[in-house]
Amino acid sequence: MSNVLAKVLSRQVLLAFRRPAAVLNPLVFVGVVVLMMPLGLGPERDVLGEFSPGLMWITALLASLLSVETLFRGDYDDGTLEQLVTSGHSLYFASMGYLLSHWCVAGIPLILCSGLFASMLSMPTEGIAPLMASLFAGTLVLSAFGTLGASITVALRRGGMLLSLLLLPLEVPVLILGAGVVDRAIGGMPIADLLSVMMGLAMLALALAPIAIAASIRISLEV
Amino acid sequence: MSNLPLIRCYEASIHRGDRCLIADLDWSVNAGELWQVTGDNGTGKTSLLRVLAGLAPNGLVGQCERDGVALYLGHRNGVKADFSPRENLSLNLGSHARFSSKEMDRALEIVGLGHYLDEPAYRLSAGQQRRIGLARLFLPSPRLWILDEPLTAIDVSGVSLIEACVNDQIQRGGAVIFTSHQPLASGTLQRLHLSAGRGVVQRV
Repeated sequence: MSNVLAKVLSRQVLLAFRRPAAVLNPLVFVGVVVLMMPLGLGPERDVLGEFSPGLMWITALLASLLSVETLFRGDYDDGTLEQLVTSGHSLYFASMGYLLSHWCVAGIPLILCSGLFASMLSMPTEGIAPLMASLFAGTLVLSAFGTLGASITVALRRGGMLLSLLLLPLEVPVLILGAGVVDRAIGGMPIADLLSVMMGLAMLALALAPIAIAASIRISLEV
Repeated sequence: MSNLPLIRCYEASIHRGDRCLIADLDWSVNAGELWQVTGDNGTGKTSLLRVLAGLAPNGLVGQCERDGVALYLGHRNGVKADFSPRENLSLNLGSHARFSSKEMDRALEIVGLGHYLDEPAYRLSAGQQRRIGLARLFLPSPRLWILDEPLTAIDVSGVSLIEACVNDQIQRGGAVIFTSHQPLASGTLQRLHLSAGRGVVQRV
């Protein structure tokens, strides 16, 4: 059963290594935005530091949105999805593989670099660990919604605009929660409860989103 | 091995969008049979095969039952240009089975890619890329094969290779349904001819 999960995951990760630009693109995007912020907002540490939780989370959300559009594109065009559906594999686990692969390729590098980016925005040091923790859970939810959106729009030739329209309302609560966690941490308030809510959401998304993703892969192939 | 037909269509109609491509098809495919689906462009050959493979369940009105899983190779056969032939087979999502690397190397050698096992597929020609997809036929596979235009971009030696392989599958008690504008040389070939919205069974 989870054979197909491992297969999808290793396919996608190998593909990412073959096309490193695909992995680096969201990261470079976040890096550029972070570099631009002091130029646009002015270099005062207080101002930047105050905005940094929100800025980090907005760029993380946009980076996830940016990278998810092409997730199924190649596999749809070359017939891999057809093969997957006709093989009798469990589409639930295959979808979970796609979800996790997006998180590994787009989410994890961002989490690892977020400490550096946050300090470039002069985020107070007590905010950095909570930022990474909230990104850990939050990017998983973003990947779940993103993969779902990508699977719904893959059959549309130009689904980019529709994808953003579909995803933004779903992803905004994650942004609010995530930035809230970091804000509270910087303010010295406890964050354990909010973090556990986010982690719970992430687990829920990981378990339930593949059901919807599997259904939309089937529908997309019918067109 | 059961004696049930591998595919049984009963009063099946195949639709694509609003159009009805094939009406009232009564057809069954038994073990040991080789079927060629023929017809002009746009008569619904690919749509029929997609329904048989289970890719377009909403395009079907009526009954069409399939016994077990089928190996389906469509126009787009799932070959990733960024992967080598070896990786393409080992990471192929079209099969449940886990193949040993020996089996995969052998299959690739049979289709003539023995010297290109680790070459990225984008450096190979269109015909060679098709052959990566067709290497699946030389691996352990389900009893029913559904092949959509397997001979596209394949040279003469490749065609005879596929003929031999299809005949082996028939001998083993499998069944093969394929579309093509050229016939495969086989003693048992039967035809389903699609025209004017009807499927007519012709015995050759």
